[in-house]
Amino acid sequence: MSAERKTRIVGRSVAKSDGMELACGAPLFCEDQLPPGCLHARVLRSSYAHARIVSLDVAPAEQLEGVAAVLHHGNVPRVMRTTAGQGAPEPSPYDFTTFDSKLRYVGDRVAAVAAETPELARQALGLIQLEVEQLPAIIDAHKAQAPGAVVIHDEPDARVVIPVTYEPQRNLVAHVDFQVGDVEKGLAAADASFDREYSCHYAQHAPIEPHCALAEPLANGRLRITTSTQVPFHVRRIVAQALQWPVSRIRVIKPRIGGGFGAKQEVLIEDLVAFLAVRSGRPVFLRLSRAEEFNSRTRHPMHIRLRTSVSAKGELKSVDMNVLSNTGAYGCHGLTVVCNCGSKVLPLYRWDDIRFWADVVYTNGPVAGAYRGYGATQAAFAMEVQMDEMARALGIDPVQFRLQNHIRSGETSPVFQALGEGGEGVAQNIGSNGLAKCLRQAAKEFGWRRRPRRQSKAILRRGQGMACLMQGSSIPEVDMGAASIKMNEDGSFNLLVGATDLGTGSDTILAQIAAEVLGVEMAQILVTSSDTDLTPFDVGAYASSTTYLSGEAVRKAAKTVAGQIRKVAANILGLPVRKLSLAEGQVVAADGQSLTLARIGASSLYEKDQNQIGAFASHTTQKSPPPFSAHFAEVEVDTETGLVRVLDYVAAVDCGTAINPALAEGQVEGAVANGLGYALIEEIKLDERGRLRNGSFREYKIPSTLDLPKIRVILVPTYEASGPYGAKSVSEIGINGPLPAIANAIFDAVGVRLRQAPFTPEKILAALKAAEQESS
Amino acid sequence: MDLQLTLNGKRVVWQAEPGENALDLLRRHSLSSVKWGCGEGDCGACTILLDGRSVRSCLLVAAQLQGREVTTVEGIKEPAGPPHPLQTAFVEKGAVQCGYCTPGMLLSAKALLASNPSPSTEEVCRALDGNLCRCTGYQKIIEAVQLAAGRMRD
Repeated sequence: MSAERKTRIVGRSVAKSDGMELACGAPLFCEDQLPPGCLHARVLRSSYAHARIVSLDVAPAEQLEGVAAVLHHGNVPRVMRTTAGQGAPEPSPYDFTTFDSKLRYVGDRVAAVAAETPELARQALGLIQLEVEQLPAIIDAHKAQAPGAVVIHDEPDARVVIPVTYEPQRNLVAHVDFQVGDVEKGLAAADASFDREYSCHYAQHAPIEPHCALAEPLANGRLRITTSTQVPFHVRRIVAQALQWPVSRIRVIKPRIGGGFGAKQEVLIEDLVAFLAVRSGRPVFLRLSRAEEFNSRTRHPMHIRLRTSVSAKGELKSVDMNVLSNTGAYGCHGLTVVCNCGSKVLPLYRWDDIRFWADVVYTNGPVAGAYRGYGATQAAFAMEVQMDEMARALGIDPVQFRLQNHIRSGETSPVFQALGEGGEGVAQNIGSNGLAKCLRQAAKEFGWRRRPRRQSKAILRRGQGMACLMQGSSIPEVDMGAASIKMNEDGSFNLLVGATDLGTGSDTILAQIAAEVLGVEMAQILVTSSDTDLTPFDVGAYASSTTYLSGEAVRKAAKTVAGQIRKVAANILGLPVRKLSLAEGQVVAADGQSLTLARIGASSLYEKDQNQIGAFASHTTQKSPPPFSAHFAEVEVDTETGLVRVLDYVAAVDCGTAINPALAEGQVEGAVANGLGYALIEEIKLDERGRLRNGSFREYKIPSTLDLPKIRVILVPTYEASGPYGAKSVSEIGINGPLPAIANAIFDAVGVRLRQAPFTPEKILAALKAAEQESS
Repeated sequence: MDLQLTLNGKRVVWQAEPGENALDLLRRHSLSSVKWGCGEGDCGACTILLDGRSVRSCLLVAAQLQGREVTTVEGIKEPAGPPHPLQTAFVEKGAVQCGYCTPGMLLSAKALLASNPSPSTEEVCRALDGNLCRCTGYQKIIEAVQLAAGRMRD
């Protein structure tokens, strides 16, 4: 489809189809569905950052009455694999097995118990005797590759399953290096050049529902797993791999889930409940404690050195981005997250010369993984702060500077071809691009540079900052989404999708697309999603893919079904198919005759040429069209306490057509809130022995109603010809804005550059003090 | 031990297990709207109304419900009746994303509106400060509470 046309349901903020059930507290989540006689699991975790198990005695736990099964490295098969829920073969290293005899971070699995009650399971853990030989631990990523550094993955069977650099003997998980043009020459020759270092920290997704999963052995020898996951089909494949079972013996169902944000793109606990259920022959449920959830998966901490050059007129010349990424004890998403640092940030501007090089290293810290933004968050911080530094040095307004340099429709960037999921990427030209409109509309709405400036001597000083962003929409030539639609005799349709609604509203959006094509109301589309026995395949909810990719699969399936309906109607009416169209629950002929869909459904099922009207469709993509966004923030810095208060925040986003504007706004608001937390208050802290110091909501504060400003979202419509009804993605991009926008606003307010996130009062006071000493 | 309480307007007699907290007791009796989010009183997912006040059920031992009036989201509307105006407003405004925090939010909002039918934005924020949401950024939740407040006043 290429042309824009008027739509009836697409583009409307219809209510979320599961909204009222959720608002009534219906039993829709995993923990609401425990069967009678369900056992409860608990996990014994390492309190050492790096150690080898010398002996493990589980007999006292096994002998405790009410304990049904105990798992550990001695009784579970060793199958090297990854926890990363990615398409197969995964780009993450196979450096993990269900239980290992080596412990690589505080929180690593030692054993798991299933017992009659959670209390008994906890008691059983306390009876397990563990003796270890402690090993030197690496907590600081900069020390991971030092000569003589301890090897974290010294097991001979750790390996990669795609051809990429992997050198565990050097604690090196991944290495990427590409160059277009001559960066060194370009940096030396330009009128002005910049060389700065930036760092981002560990943070956690903090879904309000932690990871939880239920496994039920069925009498037919199969296993049914109900789990709070973003990737049901990858769960099925990875659990099958761990159990050494065929995929056919496992059914995975995703119920409603209480948030994911990337943490649930990991297969973290499903293997445990599966093994425990198989061993005990009983249903087993496991829910992580909040402290365990904080140590489940995190954002990759990164250190970024960014060098750029620019002409006196403000034309960008060369860029050299070098990243050191800390993946923690396991390499899940290590390579692909770091690739995103380049591929979702560097193409935003026109560069003559580009180099991107990165190392991903193991440490004995918490394990990093997928987290909304997926590397773009960290790299956009470096890039957008440096853009601000450049603009100021040149005396150009930061908005104008971006308008001058950003990529345009029809243009490409060599980065698209050079950087993909570990290997090469896929070349693409930019289609829709509303960035200039985003910049202008957001600047106007925000009042950029129109607010009175505070005196530089005041205690409370205000400043404005901004940033530009891009992301992608699905992984081109990798991701696949599929849908099927069948028609019922009352003119309703079952829409079956593998796509995974994690609260984002994808079930609603996909139903809107089907309803649009089929000419019916939302109530006529009955969605079933994310059940590996019932629904077609979908890679799952990640890489900002569902609306763009799975949405197109739905549109294609609905088109086919619409064609079948017209054919049946043509037979009944005795008219050629081309004279018939679908609208308002009817097939309408050019001559004014009409048939209700109920009439057609009943005819096809019961009367004439009986046949199930229905179709499957799959979709893959050759493009990953970027959504674009411009964020503006105003802060007030208290120069006596160092406290930063965000007074105002405006985010304009070009997500193509917003299939459901209210849901799209909700995605941006939530992402910005999470990003503001990451910029100002959220940070996982470790002690010198690698133990997490703040694994509770009391110690790791996420924003509450009182911590956030009014977040104003502007949807800037464009039309992406490769997406369903012109749609691109919207769910991740918003989280990348607050770090740089706030950092730039702080500079505007008090004249200090913060290049190490988060921007805590301590750091601000230290920076102010340093600046004062420098000037005196 | 035997517990007598009024649950969503009906007298019930329940057996509490030794050491059981109110959250586990309620969930054991199929009140699925009361959610476990942290077990430490920090997130508000397990919010209930106790004699009309918004409290964290994970911090109460079951015995503290003796003789009290407990309201959960299951009780804010008649089983076959129309939704509560807060529920309607939440769904309409897009204030429900994953929905895990929603029951707790609704109850804290209900307690607020009972004592303050026309809350300002700041008053709504204060009342919901103990209920964490990671999906929405709270914007649409705050709007929904004010929309419902307006409708309930009319």
